[in-house]
Amino acid sequence: MKVAYWPGCVSRGFTPELHGSVAKVAPLLDIDLVELDRACCTGAGVIAEHNQELADTYNGRTFALAQQVEGADLMMNICSTCQGAQSESQERLDANAEYRAHVNATIQETDGISYEKGIVNKNFLWLLVEEIGLDALASKVKKPLTDLRVGPFYGCYIVRPTARLGIDDENPRDTYLSKVIEALGGTVVEYAGSHKCCGFPIITMNKTASLKQAGRHLGDAIDADADCVVTPCPLCHLNLDLQQPLAARAAGRELGMPVLHLPQLVGLALGLSPKELGMQRHVVKPTSVVDWSTSVVAGVGGDRGW
Amino acid sequence: MADTRKPAQDFTLRIRRYDPESGEAPTWDQHTIKLEPHRSVLEGILQAKAKFDGSIGIRCSCRAAICGSCGVRINGQPGLACHTHLDKALATAKDGVIEVEPMGNMPIIKDLIVDMDAVHWKKVQRVTPWLLADDENMPEREHVVPRESMIDVTQSMACIQCGACVSDCLSMEVDPLFVGPAALAKAYRFVGDPRDTQHFERLKDLSEDPHGIFDCTHCFKCIEACPKGVAPMNQIMRLRRRASADHGIEDRNNGVRHEHAFTTLVRQGGLLHEAELLPRSYGGDSWFGKFHPNAGQELIDSLPVITKALLRRKVTPGAALKPHRIPKEDLKSIQRISDVIEARDERIELNLYITGYDEETEGAKEPNVAAVAGGGEDGAMPSAPGADPAGRTKE
Repeated sequence: MKVAYWPGCVSRGFTPELHGSVAKVAPLLDIDLVELDRACCTGAGVIAEHNQELADTYNGRTFALAQQVEGADLMMNICSTCQGAQSESQERLDANAEYRAHVNATIQETDGISYEKGIVNKNFLWLLVEEIGLDALASKVKKPLTDLRVGPFYGCYIVRPTARLGIDDENPRDTYLSKVIEALGGTVVEYAGSHKCCGFPIITMNKTASLKQAGRHLGDAIDADADCVVTPCPLCHLNLDLQQPLAARAAGRELGMPVLHLPQLVGLALGLSPKELGMQRHVVKPTSVVDWSTSVVAGVGGDRGW
Repeated sequence: MADTRKPAQDFTLRIRRYDPESGEAPTWDQHTIKLEPHRSVLEGILQAKAKFDGSIGIRCSCRAAICGSCGVRINGQPGLACHTHLDKALATAKDGVIEVEPMGNMPIIKDLIVDMDAVHWKKVQRVTPWLLADDENMPEREHVVPRESMIDVTQSMACIQCGACVSDCLSMEVDPLFVGPAALAKAYRFVGDPRDTQHFERLKDLSEDPHGIFDCTHCFKCIEACPKGVAPMNQIMRLRRRASADHGIEDRNNGVRHEHAFTTLVRQGGLLHEAELLPRSYGGDSWFGKFHPNAGQELIDSLPVITKALLRRKVTPGAALKPHRIPKEDLKSIQRISDVIEARDERIELNLYITGYDEETEGAKEPNVAAVAGGGEDGAMPSAPGADPAGRTKE
């Protein structure tokens, strides 16, 4: 399956292990990634807040570039926030012919291309379930995540607003993380914060509140006895992993909860080692995950595979 | 015409009971009621109250989704008990039992009744929820407002003050002082009204409040919670745009600096340079911003985390110092797009609540009632200067 691939900014900057793990996992899932290296930032909701038309034009240009990729049936991203920002722009562009023509005129003037309504843009999570399929995914598993207790953390942009994101009874995308964890052989841990905000969007505006949110969700996952948390959003990862020492202080409790990117969890089940998936880069050492991985391969006490 | 209504059937309700005055912990009561599936959860609760336990506390009035008094959580989701059909509620029930709880983020008075005064009404009062007109220049007769201007505030006027958005606000969950979605949507109702003469003062006030417009975490919870399509978060974003772009008001919490720094950095590199974004958000949107004392303080506070990230090579010194960029030719395109749009006198905003969807759109949603009622031309992009929200003139 050939896809026009939008990695986003953070996966190449502050969470390089995410971009790296996708590159390793994709071939194992027969996904041919064609990176949209000419495309720009989605605006993450912030540019739209400054100037909606600017964000829509940036994203319209990205969609137009994706439509130029020969043989690619759809576009894929690996960031919930990018998914949310792109979906928002796409909703406006697709809904209103006059607005679309107006935005396209700017793109045409600068790049000579334009966006034709209706590109299918899916987050890696959605692609796993809807394009590859849970049965096919399960059939590719080499190291089932048996006995690994995984807490799904969706974040906001990939589950709300439901109408825009096409979430309904037929496409329960707000449950897909759990379904993927199960398909990989892991145990889903339900906890209160799984669909709440990680706090990242207000980290520079109200740091205390932001860190309290992250700390609270991680605490809930610990109380539910999770070995790790997995997220499809690198921004959530930043608040839950990078900021975890500060979040622990804000929450007033010890945390130490490993936070995995979704492709890392998939990669583990497909037989890649924690080191190959860049887990040594995490601020909170994913000891529980590495120990699980080691025990599956060589018995407890073996090489940790860093 | 044939009667297609389904006959009455049994529904089991699990109702959360709590009386803070008793000193006892909350409990759950379960009652099975018999009603037609199209009847409301409220009717179910009232039947349980009439038949089994008269002490169940529930507040209700109009029973027609107008008064907003019967806001509760049904199977974890906020909604109006009078506006939720029993069969729909059953469809989202986990174990075949419809679970009803009081709304969140507000103190419980008894069972399903929360103290709206303590949180919700107090916050609404906070934003001066009435028109501040120019008394000296009052017209002799009515104050005629352009139709387009009133269409703009239709969405926020649709609020029935049920508190569902307050109940689910994730920012208020950790910061009870946050002014909150309902009150801020109400604030936009006046900021968007041309008869109000205090737009600047209102926006300045909400920008200087450390728990004001930039405390919203952009989680969409209030949009999902609202039973009337008010989309409070969208109104908050419009308040932010009005404050910063139209009035040049800088907030107290780095919100405007963050927004400007983000936009500038994407313009400069095509991609975001995160290492530069943080100090600029604290210190100011320029190269020198990162040397501002506020940025320095933030750096010192975050030093242990940054050091750990560097040691783990999550962030490399190279990536921190040298931004990743898109190819030069494409960067020129991005900069041209930015130049063209930023140079316009008008800021174009498309509000689908008002403009609706193109009729030919496959699977198009029905245009909202307000769009039809407001006379919004489906598929059209309002563009007249001053015709909010699609063709707002920069002030």
